[in-house]
Amino acid sequence: MASVDENLTPTAEEQLDFDPTMKKKKKKSKAVSFTPDELDDAVPHEETPDPEVDELTDMFAGLKKKKKKSTSSAPLEPADDEPAADAGAEDNIEDFDFGSQKKKKKKKVADVSAFEQQLEEAGVNEEEEVGEDDETFEKPEAEEEGEGEEEEAGWLNSDREYTYEELLHRFFKILRTNNPELAGERGQRYKIPPPSVMREGNKKTIFANLKDISDRMHRPYEHVMQFLFAELGTSGSVDGNSRLVIKGRFQQKQLENVLRRYIMEYVTCKTCKSISTHLAKENRLYFLVCESCGSRRSVSGIKTGFQAHIGKRKKMVG
Amino acid sequence: MSTSIENLKTFDPFADTGDDDSQPTNYIHIRIQQRNGRKTLTTVQGLPVEYDQKRILRALKKDFACNGTIVKDDELGEVIQLQGDQRVKVMEFLSTQLNILKKNIKIHGF
Repeated sequence: MASVDENLTPTAEEQLDFDPTMKKKKKKSKAVSFTPDELDDAVPHEETPDPEVDELTDMFAGLKKKKKKSTSSAPLEPADDEPAADAGAEDNIEDFDFGSQKKKKKKKVADVSAFEQQLEEAGVNEEEEVGEDDETFEKPEAEEEGEGEEEEAGWLNSDREYTYEELLHRFFKILRTNNPELAGERGQRYKIPPPSVMREGNKKTIFANLKDISDRMHRPYEHVMQFLFAELGTSGSVDGNSRLVIKGRFQQKQLENVLRRYIMEYVTCKTCKSISTHLAKENRLYFLVCESCGSRRSVSGIKTGFQAHIGKRKKMVG
Repeated sequence: MSTSIENLKTFDPFADTGDDDSQPTNYIHIRIQQRNGRKTLTTVQGLPVEYDQKRILRALKKDFACNGTIVKDDELGEVIQLQGDQRVKVMEFLSTQLNILKKNIKIHGF
């Protein structure tokens, strides 16, 4: 796993200039280069009842559980009062789906654990890996999850005391397999189409479906636009086909993040998490009124804040 | 006699406990701006006035190995500008070195 992390970090750093196709290629090539030895190494690790290894794997399990909890079981958990607003925000953000992300993960777990079994049974052969191209590039993350699953069986057999985390995890797992509708997200999922982003020339980005997205959120697109500009610290305009032209280079992922934050702040009801809300303006203050539960909360206006002077200095006065 | 009974002590459940966020929180905003090419600029706005901005800047510059300045803005006071995307690092610095609560720091940008 460590090697995967190492490989991932540089791409994260180069976020600014990365291009999705590049990333995929990288991942794929890495996955293919998984040597059979590595795989063999990983498999026995999970099954040996060595006390030392057990401890290690336990730690791993803890890690994984955290990860998982935040993704799949978050909506059902009792909302803990986190003082850090950020942490809470992240939890909530997970509820929103820009299409396909979450599903991918679930699917991955399923087919990769199957895949691993196949590998074990058939004795690892390269052809399989190459043949199942679709899976290979999803592999690194998925394998982690598969491991977690197997470890679970490990702690069940040992006679130490089960931790709450493990039991909770087990509960959710069983619940998910037996009646998925209970484990699923409450109510309907809110789907917002992923922002379609293109480059115009070298310095401008086109955000084509802003109108669509803001309609979906029941917000005037001017408001969304204002927020985007304030957050990104740039300016821009709307062109003839009601597409948004943003100055500066932005990737779809980045805009997605900003949109998520917008939804968190200005669209979801904090009480019932619904997005059927509207913004009401009352003597200069904006209130977010929920249409499904009727709660109101005040939201701060969009402030651009400090804007540094960029570019030529001749305009500066005094 | 009544004083000896524990349960009869007056307790006002609606009393102000003092730990709510009623006082206006001054957020520290950390923003990012794109410059030419892949260069960026990080601005830190709203640092508490009791801290010496110059010293903070000096520490930041040394820690992150980047240049930076203090810009005086008419409305917003002094703003620290740093070269490059230092948002997360600034956040770490502020929360560990200056004991500023993370919930009072807002990171903007993508």
